[in-house]
Amino acid sequence: MAASCKAPSLPRFILGLAVGGALGSVALFATAPAAAQSREETLLVVVESGTNSLDIHTVGANPASYGVTWNTYDRLITYGTKTLPDGSLSYDHSVLKPELAESWEATEEGIVFHLRKDAKFHDGTPVTAKDVKWSFDRMVTVGGFPTFQMAAGSITKPEQFEAIDDHTFKVKLPVKDKLALPDLGVPVPVVMNSALVKKNATPEDPWGLEWTKRNDAGGGAYKVESWKPGQELVLTRYEEWKSGPLPKLKKVVMREVPSAGNRRALLERGDVDVSFDLPPKDSQELAKGGKVSVVGTPIENSLWFVGMNVKMPPFDNVKVRQAVSYAVPYQPIMDAVVYGRGIPMFGGPEKVTSAAWPQPSPYRTDIAKAKALMAEAGFSDGFTTTLSINQGAAQIAEPLATLLQESLGQIGIKTTINKVPGANWRAAILKKDQPILVDTFSGWLNYPEYYFFWGYHGQNAVFNVMSYQNPAMDKLIDAARLESDKAKYEDDIKSFVSLAFEEMPRVPLFQYYLDIAMRKNVTGYTYWFHRGLDFRPMAKG
Amino acid sequence: MTDTATPAPAPTTAAIAPPLSPAAATLKHIRYVLSENPVTAMSFAGFGIMILLGIFGPLIAPYDPLASDTAAALQPPSGAHWFGTDHLGRDILSRVIVATRLDLTISLAAVILAFVVGSVAGVLAGFHGGVTDRIIGRLVDTIMAFPLFVLAMGIVAALGNTIGNIVLATAVINIPFYVRMARAETNARREAGFVEAARLSGNGTFRILGWHVFPNILPPMMVQVSLNMGYAILNAAGLSFIGLGVRPPTPEWGIMVAEGAGYIVSGEWWIALFPGTVLMLAVFCFNLLGDGLRDIIDPRRRT
Amino acid sequence: MASSVPRMVGRRLLAALPSIVAVVVVTFLLTRALPGDPAAFFAGPAATPEAVEAIRHSLGLDRPLPVQFASYVAGLARGDFGTSLTTGQPVGAEILQRLPASVELTLAGLVLALLIAVPLGVAAATRPGSWIDHGARVVSTAGVSLPVFFTGLLATYVFYYLLGWAPAPMGRLDLFATAPPTVTGFYLIDSLLARDLEAFRSAFAQLVLPALTLGLFAVAPIARMTRASMLGVLSSDFIRTARASGLSSGKVLFAYALRNALLPVVTTMGMVFSFLLGANVLVEKVFAWPGIGSYAIESLIASDYAPVQGFILTMAILYVLLNLLIDVLYGLIDPRVRIDA
Repeated sequence: MAASCKAPSLPRFILGLAVGGALGSVALFATAPAAAQSREETLLVVVESGTNSLDIHTVGANPASYGVTWNTYDRLITYGTKTLPDGSLSYDHSVLKPELAESWEATEEGIVFHLRKDAKFHDGTPVTAKDVKWSFDRMVTVGGFPTFQMAAGSITKPEQFEAIDDHTFKVKLPVKDKLALPDLGVPVPVVMNSALVKKNATPEDPWGLEWTKRNDAGGGAYKVESWKPGQELVLTRYEEWKSGPLPKLKKVVMREVPSAGNRRALLERGDVDVSFDLPPKDSQELAKGGKVSVVGTPIENSLWFVGMNVKMPPFDNVKVRQAVSYAVPYQPIMDAVVYGRGIPMFGGPEKVTSAAWPQPSPYRTDIAKAKALMAEAGFSDGFTTTLSINQGAAQIAEPLATLLQESLGQIGIKTTINKVPGANWRAAILKKDQPILVDTFSGWLNYPEYYFFWGYHGQNAVFNVMSYQNPAMDKLIDAARLESDKAKYEDDIKSFVSLAFEEMPRVPLFQYYLDIAMRKNVTGYTYWFHRGLDFRPMAKG
Repeated sequence: MTDTATPAPAPTTAAIAPPLSPAAATLKHIRYVLSENPVTAMSFAGFGIMILLGIFGPLIAPYDPLASDTAAALQPPSGAHWFGTDHLGRDILSRVIVATRLDLTISLAAVILAFVVGSVAGVLAGFHGGVTDRIIGRLVDTIMAFPLFVLAMGIVAALGNTIGNIVLATAVINIPFYVRMARAETNARREAGFVEAARLSGNGTFRILGWHVFPNILPPMMVQVSLNMGYAILNAAGLSFIGLGVRPPTPEWGIMVAEGAGYIVSGEWWIALFPGTVLMLAVFCFNLLGDGLRDIIDPRRRT
Repeated sequence: MASSVPRMVGRRLLAALPSIVAVVVVTFLLTRALPGDPAAFFAGPAATPEAVEAIRHSLGLDRPLPVQFASYVAGLARGDFGTSLTTGQPVGAEILQRLPASVELTLAGLVLALLIAVPLGVAAATRPGSWIDHGARVVSTAGVSLPVFFTGLLATYVFYYLLGWAPAPMGRLDLFATAPPTVTGFYLIDSLLARDLEAFRSAFAQLVLPALTLGLFAVAPIARMTRASMLGVLSSDFIRTARASGLSSGKVLFAYALRNALLPVVTTMGMVFSFLLGANVLVEKVFAWPGIGSYAIESLIASDYAPVQGFILTMAILYVLLNLLIDVLYGLIDPRVRIDA
């Protein structure tokens, strides 16, 4: 071996790196002192993941975009606010309030809106009925979620919209749909600066979706100051906003921090003001700790449940489904999975007496009864199956499934837990080939028949994960949708709820809380059905 | 133990003592290395314990590793639960013990697969050169050109998160290291005197590769093997962290750490700490073992 | 030899083309094998199967694979990496914007690791069997034996949550510092160029924990390889000869032994860098670091093809360039090894 050639200087290369590193490693560990002044007027919010679009109409706009457009765009109308028994604030689905429209009246044809005359978009252009017409044409034309959502209120075609003059706008309705007006208060029907968007549209993209995805074309209370997708969104107050009282917060910074532990640490140390949509255990402990205020609101018309596919044996056997309902370890789930941040939906009265939804099922954990039902069904030796969960909701679904798996084992049902990646979950439930699964569903519009229409109706929508089809059930649901007599309406609800509890294609578990934790000086948080943050009533002080 | 700058050559007791059988000489050498190097001795001991836990784990575990007890959830370490309990009230000590078998299986299987495929390909490429080298080199380049952890993620995500696929993904991303190392080491020895001598004395290619080249490249390869054992477990843990690990509720160190990581900030440090420590010790053991093995196998030190 | 280097580089780049092509093909197939269905994912709540089909059509996912592949390659040829469905942004722009963050973090980690590892390895090799040797092994090995995401969370807990020494793990700058004007994309350098010490401080403070977490992980392989290789060289004949001819031990150690021992270290560094860029993925996730690693994870989980393809292709090109650099260095250090194209 002879290897002492004259080679250029690799040691020098490493030395260079070393020197560079040494220069850099002068201790600079301390945090920079925060600029105290801007801090007072700025709300710092941490979330797990943020919006992927500044425009709710774009394909694939995620739920976080609902909250963003809520603040950056105005709609014609909005909902009122009420105080809940625990003192927290919530939107009030029974009160509709003016936003861009000062007033409106129902006519034979539909609804006529009178727009406020002083409203301007963020670039100073006045808001006119032409903008409303263009925006509404857009939402029913682009397809996907916005179009679907508006169809729920019988709003489906551009021909239904008419700009009568600059400040009068008419929506024609084919039927007297009681959901039409409420549907105009959801995040979808935003009013856009049509001239601005048209200027940036292209022949391939006549609605300018590519542009609005990244740019602000609104006239809402907040303007988008900067947006780094996947990192940070900065909103500043729009000083010329006229559709309501000027918000108190001048600036809002939303940072994405994927780790729940980090989000909690940031809040506890006072580095941020708000942590939104946090895991139940953190909510419970932060609430107990008392250093920050925690507000939890039960998510309306929402349930976590165990669904069984009635088209796949042995879950086609009602006795097996009832056995599963008796085998669910309800209380351990409330204690160790939800940490009490939910309303139990089990152990209710034998007979359905309430027309509320969600309401507790009459089932409670009773392994002996479950075993007896299994024997009656001819499965005293049990069977083997696959229990599917959505990995995107693993925080709740995984411990829940683990407890369920153990309990089902006691009545002879051996399960393998199948974690379906979040991206594939919707495709998986659309295929309806999962024998038994854990999932959650919630409806924006707070009506029992709305929930049942998606979850139990024979139309077999994607959220009817059990493929449950029963003409008797369909008849009751359809009747409730059209019933105007209150007593009869409530009877219909009680009937379809009883039927659901008898047949048990899905086992209700709990109604989950939407939790927010804030520093004590943050006020004005309001719960909204769209589960986004409304910064307009919020303040620091 | 000496403190001199020269690497202390082993006192050649074998030369003085009456000749021993090869097996006995090897044993003697191993004993010598272990007594000279306490860290290696410890790592061997640790490896032994892990093997024992892997075999007898389920018998030793004080509790059923799958049995939940939500009334006793999140208990700190105590006399009843030495390592505490997790979020579902399962005994962490039992889960850590029982997980040993699975973790050893995954890492061993992945490393053996990668080692066999990688060293055969590498030695062939390094020795033959030419077309063989080019084809193998191209394949390796292609694998290496992938960001490896993301490739592993992609494989598991595309094929499904079963143990077999985790092993496969881990092996695939490690194969290039073996190939490259085996190739480089073989290449540098291709023209070496002992290879030439073996060739002149009429040995066939495979004999030369198997009996002369391979033993010579084994020491650096063993370093790689020991490192990879650790990486294999860490790789599985990383996959678990992003949700692509083995299925719940199977106890596995990586998943336990990943699950426990979320509880650190709220003060339940034991959930992640104990499996994390055991995971660390295991990886530690494998890594130290590699160095120790090198000392044992290295022909130079055997004089 | 020096004159042949540029030609060698050219040949190597040409030779790397098939690998890159293979990467493009394999990635394309791999992403299409992912279980997710972007169409269903993006059809939104309450979608009917028909609506999903409509979305599938609008995304072009209903066309045959070869057609999709052809349009993907045609896009690449125009420098168009496609658009991320999750963030809604063009992939090429996003990767360019995020790449410096990842590279800055990885380099910082590597520098930290080298600073610790090479001296450790040399010290261990010069006194094999001594307590220094054992200590070095234990220390370096302890670093590599923890999963980076655990180390990261633990470090955050101790240094930020308990002690308050480190800043909040919120990306590259604290909330009130503004990013320096982009020159290199490395905040440490850009802030110095802009003479913005406040930004430098902030960027540096944010970088310390993630770089340390990452660097710890790289100490062991480098130290191990330095030691193993130094040991081999130190026990070789030419070192004995050098010693016997009375050269000072410092000269023997650094002029002869270390240089020769660095050969495998350089190879290891290439591996380690590539490995760090991979391990980066998890560190970025823990520290909310806006690099391409966290981008890739999120996209893979969401079955968002374009960013995954863009990420892998970018990394592949980086890898080829890096590898070339290493091979050039390798060839320069050890002329026994001739690199064939």
